[in-house]
Amino acid sequence: MSAIDKSEKKVLLVTGSVLSLFIFSILYARGRNNDLPECLPFNKTYLEPKVTRLDKETYQVYAVAQMWQFQPSQIVVPVGSEVDFFVTSKDVVHGFNITEKNVNMMAIYGNINKTTVKFEKPGIYKIICHEYCGIGHQGMQAEVIVNYPPGTINNKNQ
Amino acid sequence: MQISKSLKRLIYWELGIPISLLTIGIYHGLMQTVYRSGVIHQSQFAHLDYYQGLTLHGVINAVVLTSFFAVAFGHATLTFYFKKEPNRKVAWLSFWLMTTGTLMAAWAMLSGKASVLYTFYPPLKAHPLFYLGAALLLVGSWIPLFDWAGMYMRWKKENKEVKTPLAVLGTLVNFTIWFVCTLAVAYEVLVLLLPWAMGWKQTINVTLARTLFWFFGHALVYFWLLPAYIMYYTMLPKLAGGKLYSDLAGRIALFLFLILSVPVGVHHQFSDPSIPKGVKLFQGLLTFGVVLPSFITAFTIAASLEYAGRRRGAKGLLGFFKKLPYLDPDQFLFAYLICGLFLFIFGGLTGIVNASGPLNAVIHNTAWLPGHFHMTVAGPVFLSIIGMSTYLYSTNSGKRIFLPQVNVIIPYLWTIGILIFSTGLSWGGLIGEPRRTNLGMTYLNPKNELFTPEWVPTTLLALAGGIIMTIAALLFFVVFFGTMFGRKKDEPKLDLPVSEALHDEKRIALFDTFKPWLVTMAIILVISYVPAFLSAANNPAAGAPAFAPDNPVPVQPVPSDRPAAGSPKTSVTAENK
Ligand code: HEM
Ligand SMILES: [Cu+2]
Ligand SMILES: [Cu+2]
Repeated sequence: MSAIDKSEKKVLLVTGSVLSLFIFSILYARGRNNDLPECLPFNKTYLEPKVTRLDKETYQVYAVAQMWQFQPSQIVVPVGSEVDFFVTSKDVVHGFNITEKNVNMMAIYGNINKTTVKFEKPGIYKIICHEYCGIGHQGMQAEVIVNYPPGTINNKNQ
Repeated sequence: MQISKSLKRLIYWELGIPISLLTIGIYHGLMQTVYRSGVIHQSQFAHLDYYQGLTLHGVINAVVLTSFFAVAFGHATLTFYFKKEPNRKVAWLSFWLMTTGTLMAAWAMLSGKASVLYTFYPPLKAHPLFYLGAALLLVGSWIPLFDWAGMYMRWKKENKEVKTPLAVLGTLVNFTIWFVCTLAVAYEVLVLLLPWAMGWKQTINVTLARTLFWFFGHALVYFWLLPAYIMYYTMLPKLAGGKLYSDLAGRIALFLFLILSVPVGVHHQFSDPSIPKGVKLFQGLLTFGVVLPSFITAFTIAASLEYAGRRRGAKGLLGFFKKLPYLDPDQFLFAYLICGLFLFIFGGLTGIVNASGPLNAVIHNTAWLPGHFHMTVAGPVFLSIIGMSTYLYSTNSGKRIFLPQVNVIIPYLWTIGILIFSTGLSWGGLIGEPRRTNLGMTYLNPKNELFTPEWVPTTLLALAGGIIMTIAALLFFVVFFGTMFGRKKDEPKLDLPVSEALHDEKRIALFDTFKPWLVTMAIILVISYVPAFLSAANNPAAGAPAFAPDNPVPVQPVPSDRPAAGSPKTSVTAENK
């Protein structure tokens, strides 16, 4: 009884190798391309909502969530821009979800969350708070407006 | 076997209290689908607010019902297999702690002072009695473990070379997991939350609290699930008319759960700041380790069912599926367990999506999540709980099942409901429908500027499923309470179905002892959680003051060097650097 059957041994061996291959591939792929939110130290400047243009196609957004709004509530960037979102909260836990871009972060008091996305297509991208944050939660929304071609941004802002 | 009046009464109360409260939980489940589909556009209905209802729904269904049941089922299992009753005083102490805790928390929730959902993330603050109640419920539920462990060791001394009964092993594994994981949440509640909610401490480290919560929170789902697993291994094959394919497989699966259930909680925090990617990646991988015992179980149970079907005369490759006692009112537990198993296929597959980081970014905190876990906790867990409750009550009291023909179709009705309900939620989640949101007020209100027509079909599907689930639940209440108020007809006895093993392997010492597994569990826990706790404790800056759900201004004034809330809405476009 106790000795393992030959065919069972074979099955175990095959399963074991397939499993290792699997785990190795996961590790390899995730090691090379880990797009989970980044871990940043907190700094008070993040509490001032702003959109900064770093160069033609690169933007930095300091997004501040609070009961029950995001600031800035409208973010305007040109098509093709790459945006770093730095997200924090002034009060309770909020969510920061841009469905079309798979941006999915929690905004937490005293913590900074960060991710980078590229907006290739024009349109209005909704930012939705998807963590319960009190009685006004169901109305907490903002938007990223991606509308004009790169290079024309200065005209628009003057 | 015959059991004492005291134990009988204990089991009745531990089944009856949560099932009575479940009526509130189910009511709010239905209401959530009603609000979310935009049938009503208001913040509250019948004096109960959406988020207050959601808190009641989560706490009652997922914590109170499951904890009470696990304790009652544990008492029944150990008594039945050891032919000895647990210590009366300890058992009742546990009962009273759990009941007092539940009443405290119920009062806080029903009076609207604790609308913080069952995860109670700070810095939303609930009434202190909510936290205290939760702590009492948890502590009360692990007290029996110490008595059971004593019973087990005394039994072991007399039966050194006998395999521990699988159901006993499962119960002990489950409560060990429970004890370990509740230490974290007890710390969160008693050391972080309670002094802060009382106003003795001004601020709280939110990320640390969340990390402690999920250390508990993921193991919680295995605490829900293991009683169902025990029934799958030790009862389902018998009910099907066959034998358990391999007894050893069950033991291996249980010990794997012991070491893999706790050190993976960070997979609920993939979207959180301040926890390094490496920690997330490591725990994400470990999560996939749970696939192993899950598949061992799936194949062992499938083989057992095949054996049962063939014994009933089935032919061909899959003919055995047709020969099982699906609608036999005398074997109604089979119906409850097989429906749960079926739902669990989808629960497991959607769970694999959640556990992988990049896919999780698509669905984290969307309606996909409740879509997923209603196929686990409201699937195999819930069905095995209500089926076994009816079974235990009826056999222990000697009362016959009220409406047996109805009883046996309840799980099928529930399954149809869940499939429709979860299709709606999962689909909605994939197109961005948020969870934990009173959609009817804004996103599903055609008069509101946020109206989102894409979510009309998804929320309507969830509503349709929710109505069917509610009907099934109502039928269950009729059967359960109908049985309770019936008259005694048979000799009362404590009796559980017991599956023999088809391959009854020799006792292997490694799979019949706790020590090496507990040591392994501790090592993996330290490796995976020490970095997580260190980063959660050190990375965040200032702690947060307390907030009530209806006010952006903190409950107590903020210390001066911290940010204040409530500045006006702004619209910012790009500024040049
Ligand atoms: C008639 C039956 C039920 C219906 C219609 C129902 C419906 C729902 C809905 C729509 C949600 C999501 C609400 C939201 O996120 O805004 C939800 C959440 C939840 N349900 Fe159910 N449910 C039912 C039964 C159950 C059962 C039996 C259990 C567990 C045993 C359960 C456990 C949960 C949990 C844990 C949550 C999460 C609560 C939270 O996010 O805080 N439900 N339910
Ligand atoms: Cu919110
Ligand atoms: Cu989990």
